[in-house]
Amino acid sequence: MKFTWFNLMPWPHLPADFRQKNKSVWVDIDSKLYDPVKGHDVYNDYMDMLEYADSLGFDGIGVNEHHQNAYGLMPSPNIIAAAISRRAQNAAIVVLGNSLGLYNPPTRVAEEFAMLDVITGGRLVAGFPVGSSMDINYCYGDIPALSRERYQEAHDLIKRAWSDPEPFAWNGRYTKLRYVNTWPKPIQNPPPIHVPGGGSVETYDFCLDNTYSYSYLSFSGYIRAKALLQGYWDRLTERNEPDESPYRAGFAQTICVAETDAEAERLYKDHVNYFFNRCLHVAPGFADAPGYRTIKTIKAGALSQFSPDLGEAAHMPWKQLVDEGYVIAGSPDTVRERMEDLIKGLNVGNIFCLMHVGDMPMDKTRYSTQLFAEKVMPKLRNMWPDYADDTRFWPTPLEKRATPGPVSERKPTTGGA
Amino acid sequence: MELRTFKAPRADIHLIEGGSGPDLLFLHGAGGIDASNPFLLALADKYHVYAPLLPGFGESEESTCIRTMLDFTLHTLDVMMGLGLDKPIVVGHSMGGMIASEMAAIVPNDIDKLCLISSAGLWLDDYPIPDIFATMPYELPELMFHDPVAGAAMMTAGADFSDPTFLTAFLIQNARQLGMAGKILFPIPERGLSERLYRVKAKTVLVWGESDKLVGIPYAQAFKQAIAGSELVTIPEAGHMVMVEQTAATISAIGKLA
Repeated sequence: MKFTWFNLMPWPHLPADFRQKNKSVWVDIDSKLYDPVKGHDVYNDYMDMLEYADSLGFDGIGVNEHHQNAYGLMPSPNIIAAAISRRAQNAAIVVLGNSLGLYNPPTRVAEEFAMLDVITGGRLVAGFPVGSSMDINYCYGDIPALSRERYQEAHDLIKRAWSDPEPFAWNGRYTKLRYVNTWPKPIQNPPPIHVPGGGSVETYDFCLDNTYSYSYLSFSGYIRAKALLQGYWDRLTERNEPDESPYRAGFAQTICVAETDAEAERLYKDHVNYFFNRCLHVAPGFADAPGYRTIKTIKAGALSQFSPDLGEAAHMPWKQLVDEGYVIAGSPDTVRERMEDLIKGLNVGNIFCLMHVGDMPMDKTRYSTQLFAEKVMPKLRNMWPDYADDTRFWPTPLEKRATPGPVSERKPTTGGA
Repeated sequence: MELRTFKAPRADIHLIEGGSGPDLLFLHGAGGIDASNPFLLALADKYHVYAPLLPGFGESEESTCIRTMLDFTLHTLDVMMGLGLDKPIVVGHSMGGMIASEMAAIVPNDIDKLCLISSAGLWLDDYPIPDIFATMPYELPELMFHDPVAGAAMMTAGADFSDPTFLTAFLIQNARQLGMAGKILFPIPERGLSERLYRVKAKTVLVWGESDKLVGIPYAQAFKQAIAGSELVTIPEAGHMVMVEQTAATISAIGKLA
């Protein structure tokens, strides 16, 4: 099993009546709700947490990209990834990921991911999302019906920029470059690639065709995710490719651990409520621009990750959120049991652990994280012994890696400010 | 009116045709149009109406190779030429007006009568056009009609959004039609038309509903300024769907092109 401690980096200072008084947490959210001075602490606390997770032995620490919102404060996940990569020296740096079509030219992604992989000694997991409709269409103006084509072209360009040893010309529809010659090249070439998807057959096939891991990042929990991920495994069977390695798939789950089930409710209920009530309050008009999803996907009945239906979770009592799997919460034993259900039920090898939730303060986050790392994770480690050798979807770092040198030795001997 | 198929070089489309009189090519807006549209029926009393449906609209197949403003313009010119129309009256509503304007700018000698109804295609920073892509269906009547209650009744006839079958069908139609329209209207419904309007030679009538809340009267004035000799007809008690709300007055304005 590979456990990634994943932080969305929500803005934790939204007012209690945010949902009632604001149209949307995304796209046109009132910018007066952001305070850069508070933001200074928020970023640094969140980066501390990611580094803390590394110190506890999580396999990966994860970041992702979103724009113009209070749900996730990382317009540039690569900046956070770079900032944590020097203190977090063991975990994979899981950037899940860069929305390929938004980078102009997309070789920017090839360059920055290569930089991250080289800086970290080959610890990068490269995420290749299309991006949410809010982000790519409404915030970045990408034309919905052309998003997939632009993404595909960006993907092909990035892959070739990594693999082609010679400078080449790229005459794409969306990008034209006379000289593509990416420096640096990544250590892992290519790095393991994970693709977040929302249930479209096209994305299943894209992952299977390219040997990418398919990640389902849902907030409605593992019970509701079963049908969607089953679709992925069924697709594999349909294609007659008998390779059901659980590392071909990943799943994001909100997890809260305490000494007892009752303590979990007491400690975390309000923060979970903050997340569902405020962080996911996306105006329905922004959730899914017409043309963003393909006709085939709509026909398959898959709902958007941010479908208005998720709004119902905002009003659910704790017990229901836990019973229905939106949140896996409780004592280490309870959490372990539910995690086993999740891992076996979905056949997944990669778990993106959402352990900081909503406006959860750092002490509680540390507490929950430590309990998970010490009392839950070790018991789940070897759930897929038959696939222990499957290294296709996880980094293989250099054995001998540089560590940050002492700063004093680098001070200039003369001059300076 | 009859619905028939038509093979254009870049897409197989459907076409609504009927009526008798001078040839009139009608280009629909982002909401599409069907053969029972009362405005088309009324037009057919005076004109031989051709109303091609863009790819993705109505029964027309989607097209992945029509992406840009130039693609839309050339496709529609292909349709006009393919139908053998020689200098038809070209009438476009909203997005259709945008396409009609481009056609008249690109082949000014082939289009000599042009009517733009609540036309899209320009952008004025002081009068930002509402974002129809982020607008929920139930919010549309307020934007589209002078009388939103009557407009809503027209738009939602028989609709039940709580029925999943209806909802899926609706989402599919939206993805097809607005997905296609988005190629020239998203995120800002402007693709450089203002730099090309000086080329238009057609006698031009601009028809606008006085209470158009989507593409307001300042846009009518901007078109009037940009197209030499154009005449503006504003119609009271009408919004963006002026030709549906005030059909007779709209048809009478088109009559000025005769």
